Parts: sequence; C-alpha cells; structure tokens
Amino acid sequence: MDRFVERLVAEVLDRFGSDRTRLMDMLWEVQRARGHISEDAIAALARGLDMSVPDVAETVTFYHFFRTAPFAQHVIYLADTVIARMNGYDEVRAALIAATGADFGVHDGTGQFGLDNAPCIGLSDQEPAMLVDDVVFSGLTPEKVHEIVAQLRSGKSAEELANPNAYEKTSVHYVDAVAEAKILKSGPVMFQEGRDYPALVRSIVERTPEEIIREVDASDIRGRGGAGFPAGLKWRLAREAEGAEKYVICNADEGEPGTFKDRALLTHAAKDVLLGMIAAAHTVGSRTGIIYLRAEYWYLKAFLEGQIEAFRAEGLLGSDILGSGLDFEIRIQMGAGAYVCGDETALIESCEGKRGTPRVKPPFPIQHGYLGMPTVVNNVETFALCSQIIDKGGAWFTAMGTEQSSGTRLLSISGDCERPGIYEIEWGITLDEVLKMVGAETAVAVQISGPSGEMLRVDQDRFRKFCYSDLSCNGSLMVFNGSRDLLDIARHFTEFFVNESCGICTPCRSGGVDLLTKIDRVIAGRAVQQDLDDFRLWGKLMMRTSRCGLGTTAPNPILTTLDKFPELYEAKLNDAKSALLASFDMEDAMSAFDSAVDNLVREDV
Amino acid sequence: MSFTITIDKRKVLVDEGCTLIDAAADNGVFIPNLCYTRGKPCLGTCRVCSVRVNGKVTAACTVPVQPGMVVDVNEPEVAEMRKLLVEALFSEGNHNCPSCEKSGRCELQAVAYEVEMTASPFPYRFPKREREDAADHIFLERDRCIFCQRCVEHVRDEETGQAIFAIHGRGTKARIEIDVGLANKLTPEQVHAAAELCPVGCILEKGVGFEDPMGSRKFDVKSLRRRMLEGETS
Ligand SMILES: Cc1cc2nc3c(=O)[nH]c(=O)nc-3n(C[C@H](O)[C@H](O)[C@H](O)COP(=O)(O)O)c2cc1C
Ligand code: SF4
Ligand code: SF4
Ligand code: SF4
Ligand code: FES
Repeated sequence: MDRFVERLVAEVLDRFGSDRTRLMDMLWEVQRARGHISEDAIAALARGLDMSVPDVAETVTFYHFFRTAPFAQHVIYLADTVIARMNGYDEVRAALIAATGADFGVHDGTGQFGLDNAPCIGLSDQEPAMLVDDVVFSGLTPEKVHEIVAQLRSGKSAEELANPNAYEKTSVHYVDAVAEAKILKSGPVMFQEGRDYPALVRSIVERTPEEIIREVDASDIRGRGGAGFPAGLKWRLAREAEGAEKYVICNADEGEPGTFKDRALLTHAAKDVLLGMIAAAHTVGSRTGIIYLRAEYWYLKAFLEGQIEAFRAEGLLGSDILGSGLDFEIRIQMGAGAYVCGDETALIESCEGKRGTPRVKPPFPIQHGYLGMPTVVNNVETFALCSQIIDKGGAWFTAMGTEQSSGTRLLSISGDCERPGIYEIEWGITLDEVLKMVGAETAVAVQISGPSGEMLRVDQDRFRKFCYSDLSCNGSLMVFNGSRDLLDIARHFTEFFVNESCGICTPCRSGGVDLLTKIDRVIAGRAVQQDLDDFRLWGKLMMRTSRCGLGTTAPNPILTTLDKFPELYEAKLNDAKSALLASFDMEDAMSAFDSAVDNLVREDV
Repeated sequence: MSFTITIDKRKVLVDEGCTLIDAAADNGVFIPNLCYTRGKPCLGTCRVCSVRVNGKVTAACTVPVQPGMVVDVNEPEVAEMRKLLVEALFSEGNHNCPSCEKSGRCELQAVAYEVEMTASPFPYRFPKREREDAADHIFLERDRCIFCQRCVEHVRDEETGQAIFAIHGRGTKARIEIDVGLANKLTPEQVHAAAELCPVGCILEKGVGFEDPMGSRKFDVKSLRRRMLEGETS
C-alpha cells in the first residue's frame, strides 16, 4: 500500500468522521489530491468505513468524473452537445488532439494532457466549451484551443488563464470571469438588486410557518425543476410528515442539456436562493440544508461558500438565526458527473454517498428522503422565486403570467438565434414571441425542455403558449434553422440517454440501446416502415414502464421528431425490392465474419 | 384491516399494507416478476410485473394496495409490455438455455414461458462479458445477469453486515462484482442460498450442476406460477 495514500485516506476519514454517507466528499478529496482513486485508496476507504471493497467501488464507478486509474495532469473535457456540433465542435476537437498530442480517452504519453467527452456543461449559449481542471473555457475556436494549451504547457494554471485579473475565488467577478452569465432580459422577479437580506430573513423568522405556506400557496408557484409540483403543497406535506429531522435540498444539478439558468441564478442571485431555503427550513422545521451542485460548476463552489459564510456572519444562518431560535446550516454537496442525479431521489442517494440510482416511489422524499427523513427538494429557481413571493406576496406573483401558470420563469436559449442567453419571461408568451425576442427568424424547429422535452415544429407550433397546460418548459430552448439535420440531433439526444441511464431498470437500460441502434439504421437508409412502428411500440414501453423520469422521457427525441417531422424519417426509408432484408448490412456482416475468424484463430494458439 | 380492490374486473378482499403483487397472488392472480421476492424489500428493477393501476402502468411489486384500486393484469396492452421486457432481457445478455445449468430452475426462463415468448423482437446483442471465478465456491456467469439486484441487496456478510455483491459501472457498462474474501467466508448453505436467490444462472455454485434430470427440475415439478400463487418465497 502506498504510504501517501494511506495517510491521505486516514486524514479524509478523520475529517468526515468515517461517516459513509459522506463518501462522495471523501472520494473527491482523494481524487483531487491524487488525480484518481486507486485500488489502494478504495481498499483503505472500505476498511475505514466498514464497507466491502466492491461496495465502495460501486459508488466510484458510477460517476463520470471519478477515475480509478491515473490519467493526466490536465484532463480536458470537451462538451459534446448538439449546439457545440453546430458551432465548430469538430474543428475544436481536432485542434485539441493536435495541440495536446493526446486523444479522447488516451493521454499524450507524458501524462500532461488527457482528453475526454462530457455531456452539456451548462454553457450552451457560448459553445463549443470545455472543462479544464476546475474552470471552463467557452466560445472555443481552434486558435483559442492552441493558445490555451500552449499556456498550460508553459506552466500556467487553467485558473490563471480563465481568471487573468486574479479575482478572489469567492468574488462574483471570479465566477463571471470564468463563465459569463448572459442575462439578456431580467424581468420583474429575478436578479433584483439592492435587497435587504437581514430584513428579509427577519420577516421570515418572525412569521409562523403557516403564514409562509399560505403566501407560497397563494402564489400558485409550481416547481421549476421540470415536474411542476406545487411548491406550497410540497412544503406543507413535508411540514406535516413525521420525522426526527427534516432536510431542505436545493437541486443545482442542472444536467438537462441546453439549460444554464440555474448557473446564472447561483452567480447573480445566490442570496435569493439561500433566502428561499431559509424560508423552507423555517416552514418545515429543518436544521440542515444541502445544495447539490453539479461538479461541472466547481468554479461556483468557493463563491457559494462565501455567500453562505456572509449570511452566517450576519447571523442569517447558523444557530439561533436573528435570535429567533431557528437553527439552520447549509452545506454544499458536489456531484461527480451523472445526469440522473438531477432526479430528486437519485440526488438524495448521491448525498448519502451512494450510486445515483433513483429510488422506488412511493415513498416520496417528503415522507422518506435524505437519511430516511422528510425532505424538501426544490430547484434553484423555485427557491429564488419563493424568496420574492414571501417578500412581495402571493397575489403579486399571480398577477403575472396566466390564470393557470403564475409568475415568470427563466429560459436558457441557445442554438440558431442572434442573441442566445438567459431571458426572464412571463408565462403565456408564445413561441413566436420568444423567437422574435432572441432573433431567431430562421427557426424551423425548437427543442424545448432539453432532450427529455419535445421537438416543436415552428410552422405548426408558432402560436402555442408557454404555460403548464401547453408548453410547460423546464427552461431549456434550443433553436434549429433549416440547415440542421434533425435526425442527427434526435440521435445525439438518444445517445445521451443511453450514456446517462443508471441501468437499474430493464426498459431504460435495454430500450435506449435498441432505439439508438434503430435510428442509426434509419440514418443509414436501411430502415422500413416496420422500424418506425417499432419506435412507437418500444418508445411507449419505455415511457410506461421505466422506473424514473430519465427512462420515461428517453424516447422523446425520436418520438417527437417522428411526430412533427415524419417526412424526414419517411424520406430515409428503404423501399428497394431487393431479396435481402433492408436492415441487412453487408459490410457489417462481412466484418463480423472476419472478426469471428480472428477471434477463433487467436483462441486456438 | 381489509378492503376490496378490483383485479381484472373481479372484486377481491386484500389486507391493508400488502403489496399489490402479493395481494394478487393471494387471490389467484399471477403477475410475472423477476426481481421481487416475497417478504423482502421491493427492488423494482425488472419492471416485468408491470400492470395497470387505476389506468396507469405501474410495477405491481412497488405499490401498496389502496381501497378501491382498479387493477388490470391480463389486459392485452400491458401483457404485451411485460412480454417485451422479458424479451429485452434475453436480447441484452447471452442466454443459451439448453447448455445452462440453471435451465428448469431459472426464473427468467420460467417467466418467458409464462408470457409466451418465442423469439425476441429486439436485436440480439451478444455482449462480451467476462466470467468471474476467483471465489472458492461461487462462479459468476455474467452473460446471464439481468441486474435484478437481489444479490446486491439481500446477501450480506453475517459478521460485518457488508455487501458481498455490488454492481459496478452504469447503464450498458453495468457489471456484477463479488467480494472474494467475503464470499469465501460463506457457509455451503449460504452459497447455495445465494445461487438460489439469483433468478438466473449467473451466481452458480462450483462443483454442482445439472443435478436434476429434465422432468424433475424445480419448475418441471411445480411451475413458477403455482409456486407464486401458493406464496412460496423462492
Ligand atoms: C433524470 C432527471 C433529471 C432531473 N434533473 C433535474 C435538475 O437538473 N434540476 C432540477 O431542479 N430538477 C431535476 N429533475 C427534477 C427533480 O426530480 C425534482 O422534481 C425537482 O428538483 C423538484 O424541484 P421543483 O419542485 O422545485 O421543480 C430531474 C428529474 C429527472 C427524472
Ligand atoms: S429509467 Fe433509466 S435512469 Fe431511471 S431508474 Fe431506470 S435505468 Fe435508471
Ligand atoms: S439463465 Fe435462464 S434464461 Fe438464461 S440461459 Fe440460463 S436458463 Fe436460460
Ligand atoms: S447476479 Fe443474479 S442476483 Fe445478482 S444482479 Fe445478476 S441476476 Fe440478479
Ligand atoms: S418484480 Fe416488480 S419490478 Fe421486478
């Protein structure tokens, strides 16, 4: 056993009180000190936590960013998204390979550089973008890539490059320097300046939980994370649930490709989010809050910790908040690269140091959540909105939006438009109005709510409204003009779900692969009508029988493009009157034969 | 407390707190299943027990019965879904029943008969999966693992409570792993129980196999359906 690793693990175990529910934090400590989590480290952790080695490795091997073998000093993750692919991804990828001498999955020989893919890293309005160490670089071009790599070679750190003015990591300038938040339209609710936080916290703790819930209920606010569950009801249920402890969790996993509004809120409205969490804590009776932050946003961590610290210094967090008797602490839990951890139950599992496997429901988190206790999980935006509702009142909020969908929401807009970025809109706005607002006159198709959402056809859906009863968008909007290959885009989204499936349930683990294989067949021109029928049948199977929202929405990219743009699929169908099946791939069959021969021959010797 | 629910248009009396899949079995309705074990916490992984509950497709092992629940088990659309899921499991792994030591005792095979599967409509993938034979008495034939999680959740080292089996990787790269040291501590009875717990021929006891001739194998003697309906736990 490596002495250094032994000492490191002992230290880490000590720091976290050998509490296995903090395994994620311990793994990060080890990986950040050593660049990977070795077999020795896993064994030492297992001993210290009274777990078996495979059990610890079960967590390690689940997350994209954890490595069990040394890779490289600088690991560069290039975001592979449909938006990046529209904006020069291929050239940037080639430039990275040329500049570093490394390849994807293979380091450069000296171990200085290693390349890897990542799904969306929350920068769709400025792609291509990549993650290097703890920071990101966006708006990449081949020239920029060469420049960055040359600087890294010369010994500069990625952080120095991303933050040339050397701002403090805890300052908002640092976060802005690393990843700009392009807030192009802030409306009446979000990103308000000059809020008096001590007074706002006071007004929360001086009210009874019932009064707060009444205000939140009156606002009709529904969660902004995707499912649209009424926030007031969630808080009430958690309040009424039995539990020795209760927890409040802010879901800052923001994994849905094309979404980046939570990043902007955490940068420019972090205290609103904290305020919303304090209100929830006071309401449900919680002493501990967690912000689950995706690892792609590591550059926000010190800043957020600084914001929490600033609240604590003013007595707005900690014990006996403003003399009210309310105790509430917030910690940050870093994720490690898993889209499924955005699902609230997978997120809770991850917070407990486990694989991000979505739980069987019921029970729901409000009954049986973090550490088995009633837990409120809300999206970043939900907390930020609640901080305003509690201040200005439910009626103020319902005055905006539509009858059924109150208030405003943030849209993260990317793709073929003149002004990609973040927009605060009132519910009720039409797709047409949104497209005009962002300068997307040429739009033909729009993917709303990310891959898990749906593809809209602009000439048919132009006058549909954003609201819960029609386009209940989770905030992501990707715009495509007539030059884009929608089949390729649907394929890319489908592959995303295959890569991100946790694999615990049959329909999603297995069905995703079958959909992907089939859309490849369509794209290759070897599909027949039966294949399109299979899409519908297998898609329905996944939608109906999958265990969590990942699997139930995974068929959407194909099903919604098939629904809106059937002609694209039909044009690809093979109606050749050949004696061979359309799906028969001669080349593939021959190469399979060759490799079978190879294998057999090799086994013989 | 008891109340009635409706299963396939028939009113049946069920006990409060009971899981739908058990309640159905107790009333003579067999719901195919692969990861569930009566009396143990629900795993909800295979989804082969999907039925319609109040119109919505739901895994029957995951729902507690509620008064007035309306359940469709043998309705064609949902029966088709169960069949597809079983078929998907066959195409996803490598299953060659005639040469499998679990044949006749295998729940996947038995359930495939129950749902009247013939051939899988999904392309067979022929994945390459390494065997694991490092433990003294247990052999892992990964080709047949269906990731049900029974071994992960229900088998523990008695002394320490540690997990002996674990799933590594995720999605299509998921792989069942074993702690060899802990596995070697298992008594022969425990090894046998682990192999019995595995619904398929993945966890195998070394040194035994093909003990019962065809016609006298577990499910030849008494079908999976009958065992379930009689409340047997494995
Ligand atoms: C696969 C999957 C990914 C999700 N990702 C996120 C996410 O990144 N952020 C989020 O707030 N909610 C996400 N959700 C929804 C959460 O499960 C949960 O509904 C939400 O955090 C509740 O907050 P809200 O009520 O404020 O919307 C995801 C759900 C699924 C199934
Ligand atoms: S639907 Fe997919 S992600 Fe969700 S539990 Fe099943 S396998 Fe995991
Ligand atoms: S595990 Fe079951 S289904 Fe698979 S080959 Fe063996 S008997 Fe057949
Ligand atoms: S080894 Fe057997 S019991 Fe374990 S997950 Fe695989 S199929 Fe299930
Ligand atoms: S038996 Fe219900 S999900 Fe497997």
